[in-house]
Amino acid sequence: MKIRVNGVERTLEVDPEMPLLWALRDTLGLTGTKYGCGEALCGACTVHVDGLAVRSCVTPMRRVDGKAVTTIEGLSKDGSHPLQQAWLALRVPQCGFCQTGQIMTAAALLAAKPRPNDADIDAAMAGNLCRCGTYPRIRAAIKKTAGVPRDEPGDDK
Amino acid sequence: MTDPVQITRRSFLVALNLGVGGLALGFHTLEASADEPTGFTGPGPRPVSQAHESATAGLAPNVLVHIAADATGTTTIICHRSEMGQGVRSSLPVLIADELGAKLEHVIVRQAIGDKKYGDQNTDGSSSIRKFLDDLRRAGAAARHMLIAAAAKQWKVRPETCIALDHQVVHPPTKRALGFGALVTAASKLPVPKLGELVLRPFKELRNVNHPSLPLLDGAGYVEGKALFGADVTLPGMLIAVIARPPVVGGTVASHDRAAALAVPGVKHVIAMPAPKRPWMFQPWGGIAIVADSTWAALKGRAALAVTWDDGTHASYDSASFRDELLASVRAPGTPLRSVGDVDAAIGTAARVVEAEYLVPHLAHLPMEPPAAIARFADGKAEVWAPTQHPQAARAEVARVLGIGEDKVTINVTLIGGGFGRKSKADFSSEAAFLAREVGAPVRVQWTRADDIHNGYYNAVNAQRLRAGFDANGKLVAWHHRTAFTPIGSTFNEAVVEPSLGDLQQGVLDLPLAIPNVRAEACKAKAPVRIGWYRSVYNIFHAFAVGSFIDELAHASKLDARDMWHAVLGPARKADLNELGITKLANYGESLDRHPVDAGRLRGVIDRVTASAKWDDRKRAGRHLGLAAHRSFVAYTAVVISVVPDPVRKFRIDEAWIAMDAGTVVNIDRVHAQMEGGLIMGISNALYGGITLKRGRVEQSNFRDARIARIRDVPRRIHTDLVASEAPPSGVGEPPVPPVGAALANAVFALTGQRIREFPITRALGI
Repeated sequence: MKIRVNGVERTLEVDPEMPLLWALRDTLGLTGTKYGCGEALCGACTVHVDGLAVRSCVTPMRRVDGKAVTTIEGLSKDGSHPLQQAWLALRVPQCGFCQTGQIMTAAALLAAKPRPNDADIDAAMAGNLCRCGTYPRIRAAIKKTAGVPRDEPGDDK
Repeated sequence: MTDPVQITRRSFLVALNLGVGGLALGFHTLEASADEPTGFTGPGPRPVSQAHESATAGLAPNVLVHIAADATGTTTIICHRSEMGQGVRSSLPVLIADELGAKLEHVIVRQAIGDKKYGDQNTDGSSSIRKFLDDLRRAGAAARHMLIAAAAKQWKVRPETCIALDHQVVHPPTKRALGFGALVTAASKLPVPKLGELVLRPFKELRNVNHPSLPLLDGAGYVEGKALFGADVTLPGMLIAVIARPPVVGGTVASHDRAAALAVPGVKHVIAMPAPKRPWMFQPWGGIAIVADSTWAALKGRAALAVTWDDGTHASYDSASFRDELLASVRAPGTPLRSVGDVDAAIGTAARVVEAEYLVPHLAHLPMEPPAAIARFADGKAEVWAPTQHPQAARAEVARVLGIGEDKVTINVTLIGGGFGRKSKADFSSEAAFLAREVGAPVRVQWTRADDIHNGYYNAVNAQRLRAGFDANGKLVAWHHRTAFTPIGSTFNEAVVEPSLGDLQQGVLDLPLAIPNVRAEACKAKAPVRIGWYRSVYNIFHAFAVGSFIDELAHASKLDARDMWHAVLGPARKADLNELGITKLANYGESLDRHPVDAGRLRGVIDRVTASAKWDDRKRAGRHLGLAAHRSFVAYTAVVISVVPDPVRKFRIDEAWIAMDAGTVVNIDRVHAQMEGGLIMGISNALYGGITLKRGRVEQSNFRDARIARIRDVPRRIHTDLVASEAPPSGVGEPPVPPVGAALANAVFALTGQRIREFPITRALGI
């Protein structure tokens, strides 16, 4: 199978049913994408496939044949993506494990909706769990990146 | 000194790897580290030798600090505690560096391996600052004294006239300065100062400590995907294992289809794991391991294995009937562990008695990172990489499982993707080490989410019964508290079936009560599963019951809930053992002189949190608020939660306030982060908490049924209020959790009139 991973064409000889997650982690050594549940329930494994946020743990390789996959390692070369910068400025991570998935989902949200409101953030981020409870700072970092004021009218809609 | 410098994340030179040789934290004897272990470094997850580090000449007055004899005096600081999100790696080294007078940009942080020379490394009990604040400062101060002594000798001035600042020793009267690098060689020949000779800086002069924008040491790694957690370590030739573990504690394999598993492409080995013996302790669970060349092949191999189990005696455990057993237990007299006055007489003559029972089920840690460990075994030695909270326990357990000496075992501590107590257990580390030896290749053991849920060490399931008596004037005259749960001690000794004096410190014995007749009793509960530490442990259910009951007493008395809290706790004072009605208090290992049971501090956080939440204005504003407070890990925390009606889910949490008095803190931003996160974990416990078992098997298997709070469950406005204090440091990581459940249940009562006495609240409300 041929997939383009972070801009590089790769040919992988793996079981077509193998989830993309394990191909990224075990075969390509891209360990920034995390295993958290294996059933698309936690979002730790989120990557972009042709620009859309996808749970790589339930995406078989045959479904990404010929497609472009972006992982956290390809979101920016040097951590300069505005979301990554906002994440650091607001010190969002606690244990850090879920944060790459959170950032990939947030990046897809902002690409589709540059100025999201709280309801948009709730809907987009609903599938990404954080056991440390960094949700308030995740919300704040997305708003900071989008240039949306915090606690703006309508916050509680 | 006091001008805070603006710190950037580039200020740290980050290196997640291993220890440099040196001295014990008592730091009195110099012992060279002849056998420098290897480690790993980012971004490529591969091991590299760190042997050159030990060859570096320099100043090493203790095991935590090494200053190289290079141009800048590059300073290596060891973090001897595990990083699991609480921010120790961003905090402890800063404390040492500030005390030393180092510039953070010249500091390298290395993670300690598991070794007794570092003292207590068990990252548990909210203790890293609480126990080690002064020791860590002394580690930095020892090096500072030696550098100053070397400079003073060279300048022929008195050491007291010199200061250490910005990686230099300065003599202000003559405006002379020498960099640390230039002083290291001379300083290393001087005697290491004795403990009594060390002078610590005034705390407020530590320039980076409590800087509000202190960066996360590992922040860039986290957001770029380069941070190395347990499963991210890769060794050359490594195989990957998943294990079919018995679903019932103590179960064994009855039959399995080895050939079917081996027929799966990529599966290399099918290995029987050693069966654990009672007591369970930290032993691996047994079962059968599938070792393969990829995680996917191992998972497919396990699916093909078709194991049937001999469940053994624990298959009788059913949490629905156990709930009834626990209720029966608290309806009968237990062992009195706290007694003041005569509760039976006071209740017998009371004008009014209020009584309620509370239940909290097993809770599972559910760290986002399921357990994982990597091991290799060669030449009779094992080396393990694991996200362990307790590297010395992992070392001991790996040595036991392999039958080798601890000196033959190296435990490398990776970043931990959430611990909460689960990863203080050594089971996954020793599974990896056992398999690496059996297959003759490095092995990574990967737990799936279902494995994590099915084979955990759960928080104890609990029942409580509380009774209070009022006299004819409405004054509280009796308080009778019974609690039944299986203590953690049962995991280490099956004869333990009843909570001890030490167990009941958590919110039963250390509750100040201005009530003349008090009795607290521990009631029996046998051990049906493995019980383990879970963030804030027994405090979760004790705070839920006590915080709910005080709200019930307020409602029964038509009093404001805060007034009832004041009435129950009484005036500001330090309650001694005699007043508490106990013979001793474990007090989280702290003396009562240093950390008394301080009713004033508990009242203080109640008053602050209710002021922030505009408690007195709530009825006029049409708000539905719940209040609760709790002392744990010698910190004081109070929470107010606001709920609003929701057409689908009956209620929604729209705002929350948390106030905490934890004494002296070191990294103020991480403390606020713990308050935010602890509040949210408390919401998860109350809304969704609940592991249930049927025929000895856990019924939940993934986040669809073992639920935790999602972003929309969490209030959009959370207000954290940390009391500025110079009191001795308390715990910080766990204390935000306990009061949340009662605050939420009390808020739901204010909104709906429905009293909830059992977690999960969602089930109680049918949502």
